[in-house]
Amino acid sequence: MKAAVSRIQSAFERLARERRKALIPYVTAGDPRAEVTVPLMRALVAAGADVIELGVPFSDPMADGPVIQRSSERALKNHIGIDDVLAFVSEFRDSDVSTPIVLMGYANPIEAMGSERFADAARRAGVDGVLVIDYPPEESVEFAKLLRARGIDMIFLLAPTSTGARIEQVARLASGYIYYVSLRGVTGAKHLDLDDVAAKLPEIRGKTRLPVGVGFGIRDGQTARAVAQIADAVVIGSRIIREMEQASPETCVKKAATLLKEIRQAIDA
Amino acid sequence: MKMHELPDERGHFGRYGGVFVAETLVHALDELKRAYEACRKDPEFIAEFEYELKHYVGRPSPVYHAQRWSQMLGGAQIYIKREDLNHTGAHKINNTVGQALVARRMGKRRVIAETGAGMHGVAAATVAARYAMECVVYMGSEDIKRQVQNVYRMKLLGAAVVPVESGSKTLKDALNEAMRDWVTHVDNTFYIIGTVAGPHPYPMMVRDFQSVIGRECLMQMPELCGRQPDAVIACVGGGSNAMGIFYPYIPYGAVRLIGVEAGGLGIASGKHAASLCAGRPGVLHGNRTYLLQDERGQIIETHSISAGLDYPGVGPEHAWLKDTGRAEYVTIDDGEAVAAFHDLCRCEGIIPALESAHALAHAAKLAPALPRDAILLVNLSGRGDKDMHTVAAKSGIQF
Repeated sequence: MKAAVSRIQSAFERLARERRKALIPYVTAGDPRAEVTVPLMRALVAAGADVIELGVPFSDPMADGPVIQRSSERALKNHIGIDDVLAFVSEFRDSDVSTPIVLMGYANPIEAMGSERFADAARRAGVDGVLVIDYPPEESVEFAKLLRARGIDMIFLLAPTSTGARIEQVARLASGYIYYVSLRGVTGAKHLDLDDVAAKLPEIRGKTRLPVGVGFGIRDGQTARAVAQIADAVVIGSRIIREMEQASPETCVKKAATLLKEIRQAIDA
Repeated sequence: MKMHELPDERGHFGRYGGVFVAETLVHALDELKRAYEACRKDPEFIAEFEYELKHYVGRPSPVYHAQRWSQMLGGAQIYIKREDLNHTGAHKINNTVGQALVARRMGKRRVIAETGAGMHGVAAATVAARYAMECVVYMGSEDIKRQVQNVYRMKLLGAAVVPVESGSKTLKDALNEAMRDWVTHVDNTFYIIGTVAGPHPYPMMVRDFQSVIGRECLMQMPELCGRQPDAVIACVGGGSNAMGIFYPYIPYGAVRLIGVEAGGLGIASGKHAASLCAGRPGVLHGNRTYLLQDERGQIIETHSISAGLDYPGVGPEHAWLKDTGRAEYVTIDDGEAVAAFHDLCRCEGIIPALESAHALAHAAKLAPALPRDAILLVNLSGRGDKDMHTVAAKSGIQF
């Protein structure tokens, strides 16, 4: 049986037809407040987001820099758990049936819920992809199967240090898109070497036909535009959260949307 | 696969262990795995490690028959493995010497470490000074306040101590921060993990370096008392001193292996650090193991009078030893540990670390019910000089 075309796949196919690049913002669910998340997601779509990566807060976000750590801590102070995150997605789906949602987080909250229970609940809520930061391919064969059986894509990271064999291993298991981490470090780090990214992408494209998104270190329209010229998608997280931190809970949605709109324009220009 | 031949190729001890890290760390871990595999097969490396253990650390550490204390308890004979007599005062140095030698072979000139109570930080700073390496130690800002003397010791040894302000500002957050440093500076940096946790190959590598403790005991016990002990008892936080003394004994089926976790204010109070006795399996710090977590999978804060046991996870090999039944795990609460601390001071003239006092307290619980020819071997993993303030405060004394 041929699997149905996923929302993520159709979003990328549409973008390819329009010769546009995908813009993927990351926000942590429940930050700065629970009631902000769904309006924020809607505002990001209106501002030009093609996919939304929604962070599931975790007490020990080992791969994240200070900005996303703070964001995760705020969400945990608001008692946001994976069940709340899924409820946000359900609510978002009431008014938006086309924008793909990817949950991004760490393994333990998923395992605490139970992988199969999580996969069922994610499908019911309308989740399209899951990126578990600390599930490398060799530890996630079973989990990827659970997701695939429910039509959910498993998104994987690749890094500048990923070897050819490693890229092939990820390509065998991944669907939706591949998230290329553009630098050595944690989320929100400072240095993004575009030449390094440009040199690595052909190797990845030689081993997978999936779209490749680039993230970690994108901070303004200019870097976003430069990345969009070589990648299929631009992922931006810490920069948006920093923008929101500098605003009040009442104005943060607007601030985030304004920033994303600027980046959208820079990419499309 | 035989029990003592684990982990498998990818670092699994049964369902535990493994490599649960972001892709950004995979290459660094592969590189470390290859380097360590080469080291452990290289007679020159082994000779160098043994030389350092003998001449720098002061090994072998003696096994001591605590006669007066055994007599007072009125049952089994208690023997004590004196890791407290090592250079820097605890077993931690066995591991940091080993990892520093691996770092040197890999050409890394900068080492980083996480620390809770500061003992591993001191041991890491010590070897960094010894081998002329730059050293950065990550320590939770809460722990820095509690362990002022160890912070100064690290600074005297030339290390930079970086306060960690994220999360609960304790050991687990220091480990997160050290991982973040490593992923950013992997080209010149070696991460010296202090316990048998973390992603593969760390649990195996740290166990291998620490298992000198048990190997010595295997020789020393027959010399001292004509046979191996009936039980080996060690405290378990992350579990490195326990793994070090247990591992060589795994094939000796008649020897009970007993790990003692920190019961804090009692399991029912929720204020403890007993991951194996009161936790559930999950994924943290790169491996699958027993964790103290809430019902939504968030890691919870731990409590123990001994900062060195204050960790919400535990080495994956212990998780597996527990599930297979090869080792037993029990808890000792703060009060019991402090009582054993005082007993050892008074009866034997040995001031134990509060961590090790948990193992002593369990031996004291078992001994009276056992015959006089029964033998308990307790790993005295460190000395108690660092705990003067804690014990004094508990007795209402201020300096």
